[in-house]
Amino acid sequence: MATKPKVAFFDFSCCEGCQLAAIDLTPEQLLDLLEVIDIVEFREAISEKSDSYDIAIVEGTITRDSDIPRLQKIRETAKILITLGACSTIAGINALKNFQTKAEYQQDVYPDDPTKYETTTARAVHEIVEVDAFIPGCPIDTDEFVRVVKNLVLGKKPDIPEYPVCVECKRNENVCVYEKGIQCLGPVTRAGCNARCPSNGGYCFGCRGIIPEPNLKSQQDIMQRYNLTFDQMQEKFKLFLERNKEVFPDGK
Amino acid sequence: MANNVHIDVHHITRVEGHGNIKVDIQNGELKECKLEIVEAPRFFEAMLKGRHFDEAALITSRICGICSVGHQLASLAATEDAFGIKISEQERLLRRLINCGEYFESHVLHIYFLAVPDFVGAKSVLPLVSTHKDVVVQALKLKRLGHHIGDIIGGRLIHPVNLFPKAITKVPSKEQLEDIILKLKDAQNELKQGVKTLKTLKLPSFERETEYISLYKKGEYAILEGNIFSSDTGETSYKNYRDFTNEYLIDHSTAKRAKHNRDSFMVGALARFNNSHEWLSDSAKEAAEELGLKAPCYNSYMNTVAQFVELFHIADDAIAAAERLLNMQLEVEDRKFPVKACNGVGAVEVPRGILYHDYTYGDDGLMKKANCIIPTGQNLDNIENDFKALLPTIMDKSQEEITLMLEMMVRAYDPCISCSAHILTVEFV
Repeated sequence: MATKPKVAFFDFSCCEGCQLAAIDLTPEQLLDLLEVIDIVEFREAISEKSDSYDIAIVEGTITRDSDIPRLQKIRETAKILITLGACSTIAGINALKNFQTKAEYQQDVYPDDPTKYETTTARAVHEIVEVDAFIPGCPIDTDEFVRVVKNLVLGKKPDIPEYPVCVECKRNENVCVYEKGIQCLGPVTRAGCNARCPSNGGYCFGCRGIIPEPNLKSQQDIMQRYNLTFDQMQEKFKLFLERNKEVFPDGK
Repeated sequence: MANNVHIDVHHITRVEGHGNIKVDIQNGELKECKLEIVEAPRFFEAMLKGRHFDEAALITSRICGICSVGHQLASLAATEDAFGIKISEQERLLRRLINCGEYFESHVLHIYFLAVPDFVGAKSVLPLVSTHKDVVVQALKLKRLGHHIGDIIGGRLIHPVNLFPKAITKVPSKEQLEDIILKLKDAQNELKQGVKTLKTLKLPSFERETEYISLYKKGEYAILEGNIFSSDTGETSYKNYRDFTNEYLIDHSTAKRAKHNRDSFMVGALARFNNSHEWLSDSAKEAAEELGLKAPCYNSYMNTVAQFVELFHIADDAIAAAERLLNMQLEVEDRKFPVKACNGVGAVEVPRGILYHDYTYGDDGLMKKANCIIPTGQNLDNIENDFKALLPTIMDKSQEEITLMLEMMVRAYDPCISCSAHILTVEFV
């Protein structure tokens, strides 16, 4: 390749765990990656800053209107914009506050001066600017990150699974979480994590977002079979899926 | 001597989260000097309201990617304190192991990737890949060891998936424990090499005594449990954490600040070292001696060295824990406990200092009120006070050099700004 594409990382409101996962590379992976891309901005890890880049990797949720011009500038500059992780892809855990009124959560956290700091409805990046590719998860999976970046550099469309977590969970030969009396969002959540939570004795809470055309009816049937209500299901969906219109059609 | 210095560092790099440094010196007089925290507030305490006790650790974990294990452990401790749950020895040992994973990941990242480039005149670790490849590879290996332990014990290191109140939902196999021990022993050798690298770095000389606050348990280098200890006022029950964290808001920071006995205090590796150094493992004590770290140390830049020394202790402690686990019959434990209306506090030493979670639950097991107090929020005033003490002594330097020394000071604290701005205290008592 004649010139390596310039890659810049940007973060908005988030825990920066996806950036950390992105650099949890083996020495070989790091050296390989540096062969094909040129990292020009990555505030958490390097001091250089740049106004010129080909690929922008954006982490974090948009929670302040004043962040929008910065995001728009990134969009204008980059040829390709990728969202990194649940916060930028689906608004993630940050959107949990959207279920309360702004006055309510401001009063709760800054009771002495509730309106002191700017905040607004938590939104995913695609709600504000066009997104070319996304890497789901809270946090992202490092190998998936490397694969997506390599695909994009090669001009290929990244392959992100569109089937549910249950497929991977079954392949791992786990006992269904519902059999333990615990609800699980595996039937409608996007796979690609190798069913990490249910395989470790936990349950899926939907951090990779919902699959395209989810069968919510079948999820409800499962819940019913195990004497769980639709309300209980929605309560779990609140953790990561506030911005999903299929699950929360009345969303803000 | 520079009479007029104006420094405005927008978004300090190589720290976690968004902060700015502003310094204004006119005619040799310090007019303004502050560390602005511009991270967006996230309202976690409000988001926790109405959530089930099983979800508290899962949600608070997302406050911070780099200390997600610490948040989960503090969260579990608060929930267990509230419901009166006593955890088993197996559980305690497993938590020591995953905590070791986080300390390795976090301290190594900070020391090698965020702090060291300043000492060799590099803007980041990337140019060092070609100039100091062996050191970079060594650092990556040590950092990845942290992730490896996290994967085995917690399902993964960043936002572990199987830590729940009372008991973990998966236990490691004998082979996995043996593998962890083997890798930790390798890491100890790597760390010894690291001492040689670290010794060649010249840290700025600086001294300002402050109040040092850490967890404290006589006979132990306290990390996961203990009372609160102040170098000024001594030991107090962890339940009285509010006496140590009188939080208040200021204009230039979305992170709340804290005061105790003086204008400011310090938490983190140096505070732990100053208060508990006598209970470090022998190898850690040797490393401290070789690196010239002696208690009490009043040079905040040495926090990075204290972190390095801690890695020796943490590795020894984790090997001991893993060996103990090898001699036990591990099994997934029952997680049931009686639910009641209650309140509890969890206090844990995370890499950057003491982290407090304080939860109030209703009799339905749902969160009524939450308060999380983050170490970086506690350190912010102390960083500013260090600036004020440092600036008059370096005014003869160029603006660039002054800026670098201030940035290095901020980095020495290893601040976790995205954490600190996510503080969500519900009440002031």
